[in-house]
Amino acid sequence: MAERICNSTIILGNRPAIIGYGSVVGKTERDGPIGDEFDRFDVDIRFGEDTFEKAESRIQKIAVETALNKAGISEKDCDIIFAGDLLNQCIGSTFGLKGKEIPYVGIYGACSTMALGLSLASIFVDCGIANVAAAVTSSHFCSAERQYRFPLEYGALRTPTSQRTVTGSGATLVSRSDNKPYINSVTFGKIVDKGVTDTNNMGAAMAPSAADTIREYFLDTNTTPEDYDIIFTGDLGEVGTKLLYELLIKDDIDIRCRHNDCGLMIYDKNLRDVNAGGSGCGCSAAVLNSYVMHRLENGDFNNILFMSTGALLSPTSALQGESIPGVSHLINIRNP
Amino acid sequence: MFIKNEEYDLMVKKASRNSKKARDFFLAFLFGGLVCVIGELFGRLYVYLGADENTRPILVALTLITIAALLTGIKLFQKISKVAGAGVLVPITGFSNAIVAPAIEFKSEGFIGGVGVKIFSIAGPVIMYGTIASVIYGVIYYLMKAVF
Repeated sequence: MAERICNSTIILGNRPAIIGYGSVVGKTERDGPIGDEFDRFDVDIRFGEDTFEKAESRIQKIAVETALNKAGISEKDCDIIFAGDLLNQCIGSTFGLKGKEIPYVGIYGACSTMALGLSLASIFVDCGIANVAAAVTSSHFCSAERQYRFPLEYGALRTPTSQRTVTGSGATLVSRSDNKPYINSVTFGKIVDKGVTDTNNMGAAMAPSAADTIREYFLDTNTTPEDYDIIFTGDLGEVGTKLLYELLIKDDIDIRCRHNDCGLMIYDKNLRDVNAGGSGCGCSAAVLNSYVMHRLENGDFNNILFMSTGALLSPTSALQGESIPGVSHLINIRNP
Repeated sequence: MFIKNEEYDLMVKKASRNSKKARDFFLAFLFGGLVCVIGELFGRLYVYLGADENTRPILVALTLITIAALLTGIKLFQKISKVAGAGVLVPITGFSNAIVAPAIEFKSEGFIGGVGVKIFSIAGPVIMYGTIASVIYGVIYYLMKAVF
């Protein structure tokens, strides 16, 4: 049964396991260094739909269906789904999962949504209030661009610190199982705001929250980075990763030799548009539900920390000159 | 460990890469110049075809606007501007792109609530403050003429 230790870490004693997962990406992500790992992709950026918003909904639906297929269960077997995305009022999730026979809980954690949803799903299964719980999230380069920045055809240039929103979705199914990778603990992070106002430097805005959650986790569990095979952060990108190392070093925590950032893994760094790396809910979701899960299943990793990092801003708060608060949630996934 | 916002700000500045200014300036100069050359060639063509000196600049501006709008429509403008930067964004070609891009993009929300509302979402400030500036300029010009 879920039990809180120290400040913010929740140990899940009943070992909720990942019984199915699915990932969908766009063409640019497919052409990236880990492109072969993803389950599905489409060369059509609209995924056969007529708007980008519908395209995002579609990839979320495909991700859930892929995960259900892999787990060999039907949607009726799924007791609850936690879903979220970056679009206003989370329409990516609601329109994508509309018509599914699964009780729906919409969540918003910006790019931290994957870890947030998966944490909640794991707690539900651990407490026995769900037999199978799902978590899904998505982002789409085009729908995010038009909501947060400029129209796609506009020629404005980006600064080198900006990140490219990943077109992708990832879905994870959690249930009791003895022989699958399981969620050992979850740590919900605090909102941390260090006054960064540059919306083209999200990595810098999120790094302090990631550092805070990692620090809390190591304190709570009395462990060190050496106890884990690898630590994944969601979408800190080049700048955020650098800053995370610096912040943690100040507390004598060195994760440099066992850390990777999903935002740095997903794209070919030489692409002109990528700048400091990938971002968006779909970034950590797609990487977790492909690359990371494959390596947990084949035994390359046995004990990992997975974090999703979110920048909690809106176009309105940014225009009003507010700084960008960050939040990061952490999950410890282990092999049985 | 607690870090003050000011201290973190310094860390962020150190960790953040800046744009490659020398390259950007050079490319902007090159492409901006090229846009001017294209404009000049059209200008001479129009004079050759019989346009007078007053209509020539209008025709040149219209031509550049049309070319940029077409390039935006076939998704080529953005590719050019990624290399050319301010070279194509500062001339009137950039203005054309700023109008056409939202017109294409927000078609999915309909012609009134989408295109109609959003078409000036980027160029709006330029149009508004440009108009105000020209009114102020006009008043000053009028007064100067009256005094001297």
